[in-house]
Amino acid sequence: MKYRFLHELAAAGQQQAKTISQIMLEEEIAESGQTEEHIFGQMADYYQIMKDAVNKGLTTNTQSKSGLTGGDAQRVQAFSANHEPSSGEPASTAMAYALAVSEVNASMGRIIATPTAGSCGIIPGVFVSAQERFGWSDEHMVRGLFCAGAIGYVIANNSFISGAEGGCQAEVGSAIGMAAGAMVELRGGTVDQAVHAVGLALKNSLGLICDPVGGLVEIPCIVRNGFGAVTALAAADMALAGVRSIIPSDEVINVMLEVGSAMPSKHRETAQGGLAQTPTGRKIMENLKKRK
Amino acid sequence: MRFKNVFSIIGPPMVGPSSSHTAGAVRIGRVARQLLGTIPNKAAIKLYGSFAETYQGHGTDLALAAGLLDYDTDDARIRHSLEDAWSSGMEISFSLGVGHVPHPNTARVALWAGERYAEIVGASIGGGNIMIHEMNGFDVQCTGEFPTLVLLHGDFPGVLSGITHVLSEDGVNIGYMDVDRKARNGEAMTVIEADTKITAATQLKIQQLPHMIKSSIIDLTLRS
Repeated sequence: MKYRFLHELAAAGQQQAKTISQIMLEEEIAESGQTEEHIFGQMADYYQIMKDAVNKGLTTNTQSKSGLTGGDAQRVQAFSANHEPSSGEPASTAMAYALAVSEVNASMGRIIATPTAGSCGIIPGVFVSAQERFGWSDEHMVRGLFCAGAIGYVIANNSFISGAEGGCQAEVGSAIGMAAGAMVELRGGTVDQAVHAVGLALKNSLGLICDPVGGLVEIPCIVRNGFGAVTALAAADMALAGVRSIIPSDEVINVMLEVGSAMPSKHRETAQGGLAQTPTGRKIMENLKKRK
Repeated sequence: MRFKNVFSIIGPPMVGPSSSHTAGAVRIGRVARQLLGTIPNKAAIKLYGSFAETYQGHGTDLALAAGLLDYDTDDARIRHSLEDAWSSGMEISFSLGVGHVPHPNTARVALWAGERYAEIVGASIGGGNIMIHEMNGFDVQCTGEFPTLVLLHGDFPGVLSGITHVLSEDGVNIGYMDVDRKARNGEAMTVIEADTKITAATQLKIQQLPHMIKSSIIDLTLRS
């Protein structure tokens, strides 16, 4: 894609009266030399895998190989069915779906990295629950994935998307920004609002470290996906309501790069600090080693 | 640009749990296997940084072995790839490396199959995407995202124009190209990322050019 920054995407969208997803799809066609049917079809296949992962996480045993995690999506769904969830039913459903996909990932199931496996629950959580709630077509959702992809492309090429490079803000934070911007577009917001949603969302996860217990993509990754889906909905609502990211979204992306580059190695996916090195985190790691 | 297209952000389809430590590791293994050109009977893998710290929990060992078997990132056989490798007669060893590496998730993979030998250094840069930094001792870069031609040849005038001439005749557009040599008039390596598939016929024509020593095609879009 020839657009390197979100402000360029916003300007192109306004000038050409196009959505971010339209621009991304056209750029992908030009770049790859493939037909629109082929590229759209590939993304549609990916969306189906996301829906399958939501379903699998809600209906099958998702206990991970380590035995540490699994079943949380089903707990949240059952609670929501029997009680009034504090965050409201739509947020609770998005959270359950995000947990479901993350748990499928932790149990070595099939998922789509969005943008990574550690953050693979957030976009399906937001998308699949919103599709059910608003009655949107699969085609509408697949277009939304191109919008999310364009946002992620800008973040990845100006900052990073892996925990080892930039901490959890780079993975879960990026996924929240992508889901928030895409949700604005899916609901008919402007290109400008979609870009503001990204900045608003990213600001809320700046500084988040990557500190997986035992080095596994389980604790705290899975619950952070659940929280991430809810935050994405909140950021989309703020942007749709007209709240602006006063620090432009491209500048917020640069802050993520600055913060991630300054993060010590122990907080970048090495399991040498943070939650991984708490007394309980260390005990879990020792027990895992003994079992081998 | 480190990340090339929309599917490097939304994608790949993969078996969990980690895009860097599992999917990226599968791809690094596959590049090494395809550079070798056949199934290895021996593999020595050195892990650095976060790969070294957390490889067992993430199944990085399973993922690299899966790549050596030419499995793709979403292949359900990744779960038991080490057993598959052993039963195919492959001997795999893992060790922990120290020293400077280009990226926190880096692996050095050395493979043997009879007389044949291949060695790469690959980094897993996030979301299942990889960057190869070294092949058979040459400092050459490629991503594995495009059909890639890897050529070992003598360092003489006209070799590159011979290669690009064949590619232009066959309608293959070059997206990225990298050349490194060990010494003037010594051995050199040229790596070409193409926009379209490189056919066996094109490879054969290039193989027959003067000063050409060896050619390999790396294409991770092919399914085994």
